[in-house]
Amino acid sequence: MVVWTDFERATITDIFSKLDYEAVGGATLARCLVVYPWTQRYFGNFGNLYNAAAISGNPMVAKHGTTILHGLDRAVKNMDDIKATYAELSVLHSEKLHVDPDNFKLLSDCLTIVVAAQLGKDFTGEVQAAFQKFLAVVVSALGRQYH
Amino acid sequence: MTCLSAKDKDTVKVFWAKVADKVEEVGSDALSRMLAVYPQTKTYFSHWKDLSPGSAPVNKHGKTVMLGVGQAVACIDDLNAGLLTLSELHAFTLRVDPANFKILSHCLLVVLSIKFPNDFTPEVHVSLDKFLAALSRALSEKYR
Repeated sequence: MVVWTDFERATITDIFSKLDYEAVGGATLARCLVVYPWTQRYFGNFGNLYNAAAISGNPMVAKHGTTILHGLDRAVKNMDDIKATYAELSVLHSEKLHVDPDNFKLLSDCLTIVVAAQLGKDFTGEVQAAFQKFLAVVVSALGRQYH
Repeated sequence: MTCLSAKDKDTVKVFWAKVADKVEEVGSDALSRMLAVYPQTKTYFSHWKDLSPGSAPVNKHGKTVMLGVGQAVACIDDLNAGLLTLSELHAFTLRVDPANFKILSHCLLVVLSIKFPNDFTPEVHVSLDKFLAALSRALSEKYR
């Protein structure tokens, strides 16, 4: 059972309440595809991913980024049982999408960086610690049903 | 052997020129973050009286580390040669587990993202990430 302090709960809820899911989701996925180009392997049908500009302007990337953020929202709303909340998503990523779970960490690092840029000075060390703890729990839950 | 393209090297040099006058601030913030987000890294600093963000030892050491990164930028064409002394220091004296280089690199990127939100584009991010990975490899050269 993950134990969340009051500070962590409040911080996570606060961060997500300030995020524009479309903008942040799209920017995060785009950044991941640029910084870690091997992640493009999962998006063969997304069309033009030839360079950073194409990736950042790609509407399918933007749309999928939003989907991902809404998925994270489910964890924010069920912080006390992320494992169960994500059981189906974990099976989906393993059985259907065949995503290497190491990639979850790459995407979560990109999200941390995008959120940092958006929150600026408010993204203090303590806030970052809470945010990364949340993402680590999410990543672990997503990797749980792999076998 | 590093795999930094000419474009990567230029990108890093141009971006680092912007960071140059904030070296102490950036270094202190990155180090503070690392200690807060990855508490296991505190084990390397048990000799400091004060590990809190913005404390004197954190500021001083943050600046030292950033000046080291600046040194790496200056010798970006041959990191192994340029960082030989630092590599020996980390290998024989400090013996920092190389996994921590990745951790500090991540914290540095977060700080750069905060302080340079418009300049730290995905293209700059990838070149810097590659550079920091190459730097870390060069720093681990003498370990074994």
